[in-house]
Amino acid sequence: MSAVGQLGATTATPAPPSEPKSGRRLTAYLLLLPGGLFLLLFFVIPLVTLLAASLYDPNGSIENGFSMTWHWQNFIDTMSDYARPFGRSLWYALLTTAICLLLGYPLAYAIAIKSGRWKNLMLALVIAPFFTSFLIRTLSWKLLLSDNGFVVDALKWLHILGPDGRLLATTSAVVTGLTYNFLPFMVLPLYASLERIDKRLLEAGGDLFAGPFTTFRKITLPLSMPGVIAGTLLTFIPAAGDYINAQLLGTPKQRMIGNDIQRLFAAGAYPTAAALSVTLMAAIVVLVLIYIRRAGTEDLV
Amino acid sequence: MTRAGRWFGRNLVMMVAIVVLLYLFAPIVVVMLMSFNEPKSKLSYTFDGFTWDNWQHPCRPFGMCDAVSTSLRIGLLATVIATALGTLMAFAMVRHQFRGRSATNLFIFLPMASPEIVLGSSLLALFVSSGFGGQLGFWTILIAHVMFCMSFVVVTVKARLAGMDTRMEQAAMDLYANEWQTYWRITFPLVFPGILAAALLSFSLSFDDFIITNLNAGTTVTFPMYVWGSAQREIPPQINVVGTAMFLLALLLVVGGELTRRRRTR
Repeated sequence: MSAVGQLGATTATPAPPSEPKSGRRLTAYLLLLPGGLFLLLFFVIPLVTLLAASLYDPNGSIENGFSMTWHWQNFIDTMSDYARPFGRSLWYALLTTAICLLLGYPLAYAIAIKSGRWKNLMLALVIAPFFTSFLIRTLSWKLLLSDNGFVVDALKWLHILGPDGRLLATTSAVVTGLTYNFLPFMVLPLYASLERIDKRLLEAGGDLFAGPFTTFRKITLPLSMPGVIAGTLLTFIPAAGDYINAQLLGTPKQRMIGNDIQRLFAAGAYPTAAALSVTLMAAIVVLVLIYIRRAGTEDLV
Repeated sequence: MTRAGRWFGRNLVMMVAIVVLLYLFAPIVVVMLMSFNEPKSKLSYTFDGFTWDNWQHPCRPFGMCDAVSTSLRIGLLATVIATALGTLMAFAMVRHQFRGRSATNLFIFLPMASPEIVLGSSLLALFVSSGFGGQLGFWTILIAHVMFCMSFVVVTVKARLAGMDTRMEQAAMDLYANEWQTYWRITFPLVFPGILAAALLSFSLSFDDFIITNLNAGTTVTFPMYVWGSAQREIPPQINVVGTAMFLLALLLVVGGELTRRRRTR
């Protein structure tokens, strides 16, 4: 059970330096070799191949093969054709990340600081959704948000939603699904960094006449920043590439870039699909680098 | 402030937390409920009536149990391979000093930080361009799963190793245990919970994966792919039986593990 908990803990912290044992370098390389080779073969080389495929002649086909023509034009073409779903993906991912932070922070805070003897139970409850297939869970949102479901009824009764209002097949449904899917990835690293805060610091804040709000702003929040950064990244990155929520809970109007990449690959339009995929990866890398620079934590890994 | 007001202020965070937990649990409750559903029409996904039928005949929808068994086989194999390779790497990362350590760290972190659609499409690009495009299926899915599970194993085992007291091993060595004995008597039993956690995580990641699998599966159908396919046509209530059963099984494992742990520490 603690698997994901540990994952959260470790993405937030660099491992403490261990005892240096030089002279056993060879063993280290031997231990790294099999896994390293596997990653080289099936992670690095594929990425290079993907980059190459994005420069193939787009007029090729699976039957006749693709030829390498250094067709940089692919990137310009895809960007003009798919700018909208692309921008939408980044926007949805941003919204999802913000809502996850807003919902996840109180939850993580409650578990780490307020829960007392309920801590393990609450942690288990956060991890529990992982135990059923996320596709099935996403499908059940279809039921929860359906036009005659109780969520819609309640919102109509509160006049938040108009009499003809609906949730399913709207942006709200897609973002609700995305938020739901990635919330644990936000909560776990947040919990890990909040848990490590020395509780005496919070008491000291109170002793120095800081109100609970000031204590939070001056002590808790800054100390939990590594968790905030890890959590936002772990939410934003997968959310930007997701297409399942858009497909199951949205309409073509909510199409995300993942939908297009998947569709183009299935149709055999490899160069275009590869160019889109490379652009997505590049955009994410650039955004993440800027973000980490700004947030001032570079020892994330 | 009134007394009620103060109580409210103190427990506000907890109340928000409970609401968020309810949000996390709503879909699971729906899945459990729907596993007893007797749908009126094939396309309906509303609760129409109660029946035990789905639990008595879980394999009735054509191809579903085959898909589950494919997923189980891939999950088990991927878990064994990824856990073995990842554990070795974790040992190297924590216990050894070597050149290129931080680069290796980044290299292991990268697959976790890439969107699944990019991982999946780059593997597909590799398979197609190296002439394996026609052989997509069990083995290509297995390769993909080992690839994305491995980083999670390294990180999980690394955390366990980094938190371990190395004085235990030094003590064993002082008592004339050789390296091999020290490893099997001291190190391995201490790291084992970490390895087990990593294996469980791998299995659940593999069993649940859809985006990467869907790109590299060819005509092979895993359980998530079956669910996806049925979501486009008709949704048999039996998928909820599988979902509920998995959930209960995992819950049983966790509760059992926690109980044995408590008994041992007592």
